[in-house]
Order: sequence, then C-alpha cells, then structure tokens
Amino acid sequence: MAGPAILVFVTFVIFPVFVALYYSFYSWKGYGPATNFIGLGNYKWTLTSHDFWGAVGHNFIIAALSLLFQGPIAVLLALLLNQRIRGRSLIRVLIFVPYVISEAIVGIGWRLMLQDTGAVNALLHKIGLDQTVSWISNPKVALWTLMFVISWKYVGFAVILMLAGLQGIPEELSEAAAVDGASYWQIQRHIMLPLLTPTIKVWAFLSIIGSMQLFDLVYIIWGQYIGSIAGTSTMAYFMAQNGRLSGQLGRGSAIAIVVFVISLIVALAYQRFILNRNVDGALTERGMA
Amino acid sequence: MSKKPVVTADGTVIRQTPKSGGWGSPVVYFVSLCLIAICIGPVLYIILGGFRTNSQITADPAGLPDPWKISNYLGVLQTKTFWTMAWNSLYIALITVALVVVLGVSASFVLARYHFVGRNAMYMLFASGLMFPLAVAITPLYIMVVKSPLVNTPWGVILPQVAFGLPQTVIILTPFLAAIPVEIEEAATVDGCSRLGFFRRMVIPLSLPGVITVAILNFVGSWNSYMLPLYMFNNESQYTLPLGVQQFSTTHSQDTAQVLAFTSLAMLPALIFFSIFERRIVGGLTGAVKG
Repeated sequence: MAGPAILVFVTFVIFPVFVALYYSFYSWKGYGPATNFIGLGNYKWTLTSHDFWGAVGHNFIIAALSLLFQGPIAVLLALLLNQRIRGRSLIRVLIFVPYVISEAIVGIGWRLMLQDTGAVNALLHKIGLDQTVSWISNPKVALWTLMFVISWKYVGFAVILMLAGLQGIPEELSEAAAVDGASYWQIQRHIMLPLLTPTIKVWAFLSIIGSMQLFDLVYIIWGQYIGSIAGTSTMAYFMAQNGRLSGQLGRGSAIAIVVFVISLIVALAYQRFILNRNVDGALTERGMA
Repeated sequence: MSKKPVVTADGTVIRQTPKSGGWGSPVVYFVSLCLIAICIGPVLYIILGGFRTNSQITADPAGLPDPWKISNYLGVLQTKTFWTMAWNSLYIALITVALVVVLGVSASFVLARYHFVGRNAMYMLFASGLMFPLAVAITPLYIMVVKSPLVNTPWGVILPQVAFGLPQTVIILTPFLAAIPVEIEEAATVDGCSRLGFFRRMVIPLSLPGVITVAILNFVGSWNSYMLPLYMFNNESQYTLPLGVQQFSTTHSQDTAQVLAFTSLAMLPALIFFSIFERRIVGGLTGAVKG
C-alpha cells in the first residue's frame, strides 16, 4: 500500500541527486545526450568562483541573523501572547498573514515599496528624515533590507510555533510557582523558557534549513542579475543564474551537488550537536550552568 | 484555580491570569497593536494602492486613495491572463493535495499499523526528505522532466510537489493513525470488515483532522510555490499566479497602480482560504512541533 508513495518519493526527491551527480561531470546545455565529459571541470569552476563563495557567505549570514533577530522577538512575543487576553485568536491570525502570502507577492510588494521613489522613503520623508536611501541597489544596505523582509515574512511563523510549544506546557507548573512567590518574569525565565527549549531548537532547525535554500524573495526583489551586485545573492540564486537560466545544466548540476553537500553538513551538524542533546541536555546543561 | 490575586511572602501581589475574557496588561495590547501594524501595514498598502491612480501614487507614494478608483481592479479582472493563471494555480493545487493525501495516508497507515522488517528504515526514508531541499533537487528535476513526457504539462510541477510534500505529510499523519486503538480494528474484523473496508470506514473518518491539516498545508504550499513553476514552465499559458504576478510587474512596470491591483487579487484567495482554516493550520503546526 505504501508502494506508490515510496515510488513517487524516491523518483522525485532521492533520485534527482544522482541525476545531478551524473550531469555534473558534463558540459551540457540540455539538448541531446550529454557527451562532453569534463570530469571535475564544473566543480572547479564553481569552487573557484568568487561569486559562489560570496553567495555561500550570504546564506550563512542570513541564517545567523535570522536566528538572532527572529528568535528573541518570537520568544518574547509568544510569552506575551500566551496570556489569556481578549482577541488573542485574531492577533494570531493577523501576525500569521505575511507567512501565508506567497514569496512572489511579498517580493513584488516590497520591491515597489522599497524603490527610491517608493512608499518607505516617502514615509521617512514625512516623519522628517530627508534622505533617500536606495534600499535595494545600495550594496551597503541591501543585505539588511533582505533581512528585514525575511524577518517580516517569517517571524509570524516563529511566534505561532513558540505559542504552540508554550501551550504544551502544563499550567500547573506556573500556578505552583506563582503560589510559591515567583514573579511573572521569574516564571517566564525559569519555567517557561527552559521548557520551550525543544520548540526553539526545532524552529531554529527549520529556520536554518530555510535560510540555506532561500531563493524566491531574492530573485523577485533583486531580479535575475542585480542580486550578485547588490550583495544579496544566495546559493540557490547563484545556481539558478548559472544553471537553468543560462542554459548550463551540467554546471547547474554541479552547483546543486555542492549546495546539497553544504546543506547536508549544516543539517547533520545541527542534528548531531544540538537536537540530539535534547534529552540528556535538559538534565546536564542546567547542572553546569 | 482561584482568580483571587496571590500575595507573596515579600508583599508583592501577583494577579493570576484569568481563565477567559480578561483584558490583561496594557503593555500586551500595545505590543500586539504595533506587531499587527507591522505585519498588516504593507499588505494593506498593496491593497489600498490598487484603489489609487498612478498620478496619486507618484505624487504621494505613502498616501491613501483619494478619490477611490476601482478601475485597476476591474481592469485586471477583465483580462483573460488573470483567470488563466488563477485556474492553473487552482488546478495544480487541487491535484497536488489529492495525490499527497491519498499517497500520504496509505504510507502513514502502513507505518502506523503494521510491524514489519524495515518499518523504521521506511520512516527514516521519508523523514530524510526534510534534508533534501527542493532548491537543490530542482536543476536535476528540470533535466528529468524535460526528457520525459511530463515536459510542458502541469504534471511536471505536480509530481515533484507531491514528492516533496510527502515527508511532512507522513510525519504529521502517522501519529494520528497510530492512535486508532487496535481494539477497533479487531472488533471490525470480528464483525466481518475487510482490511480495505476498515481503512475506508474507520481509518479515513478517524484521521480526518490530520488529513485536513496536511491538505491545507499542501494547498497553501502549492498555491504559493514559485521556484518549481519558474523552472518547469516555458510559456505564459501555463503560468501560475506567483509567476504571473512577477511577469505582470515586469510588463507593466510603468503602471504601478495596476501592478498593485493584480498583486492584491493574486493574494486574496490564499488570504481567504487561510482565514477560514486558520485553526487547522495553526493546529497542524502544533502537532508537527510535538511529533
């Protein structure tokens, strides 16, 4: 009964990695059979490309800053919203809206608002900041612009996850602590936060994986070429640019394999060093801290 | 639990969070309002911008419609392209959801209810799918599709989407199906119900909440998907809305108001869909975190 599912899954998820591996050794434009075997040529091209390492760097910066920006904000907001307040479900819906809208639409919207003559600059003028900032094309600010849009789009998801995690914590714990004289913030700090750690770790994993494969927003806001000039290109962006869009499918395959290896190392390292310590970590870490 | 404030040893008063209907602290409301403004503001800007004219937008990019114009929206709704793209998006999303649900339930059923050699390996296989990012597989997927009969058909997007939707679906559904008591199955067998009958009469209805959750997650995922259609589709008649928005914003780059109207209309279905099923989506994520 599980046969069809396994078949579809293996064909379209696992098998492509081997297809990529095969074509990565050819210089191939996608027409006819691949005959021009060039060995490790595509890998050499990728690994010696300045732009590629720039893109890898951006992915890691984005991953780190996403954790740094969204994590604390999301935890704080979730703790605040975890109280039984009026309109809580409405608030939950509204902060989740940016996450539900597609990256393409979010990208177009922000591109229009962030252009030099767009709404963001106009708003800044209105509150008296008379300086036109090129949010998109200025390499000094572009990565921060991207970080802002990413945070705007995904922080709602983080808050909802954290809220879900908080709701799994038995109420008796904080009630007992309150009876014993713990203040609101002491309860949050010493009971809620430690018990939320598994959720935070899962969210961080999802966030890192997402950062590693970021493509849509960059491609939509910065277009096919400007990303690498403005300093917002990512690995997937570099792959699309130099693979499918320039018709170099062999090269694109090699980039895909390199990206795959990098993502896999990151994911496995995370699992090995952070996720697996969940169980014993909860017991040992606290004792040492 | 009492609703009375608790006075602690050092004299501070702790107000316990009331069970329901309370107003809580003003700080919470202030923070929530700021948060909502930041989240919704840009979305409202796009929708309101569609009601303005280009000269209004040029004169004051951050202003409100004055007077309100509905012509941009009507203009978009009268184009055939918009409806073609909306139909493409809907068609692909519906078939993706149907296939993911059927394949996902079958696989999860086997994983949850039968003990066999390699069961763990099979679960790991699906779980490992989370480690294979679509962004990586997309170049070889394109190569595979181009060389197959799937090229230039919606199936070139649907089948990869189904495959990449399966890991999440299996991970969410398996606990649901495992929770159905064995006694029910035994009772059904005693009463002469076949395995397939049991599947149809008991399993499907009992796992419905989980099925609805994965259906919604996959629908929204498919509706919003951009990279896969971008790689697979060459001509405009196949474009889905996310591709169409991008295309429209390029071809109408001088007509900002119209682009805003098109963008608003393209996000409307996802917003409506989401507000109807919000509880399910959030509930599904909760399950996914715990699972």
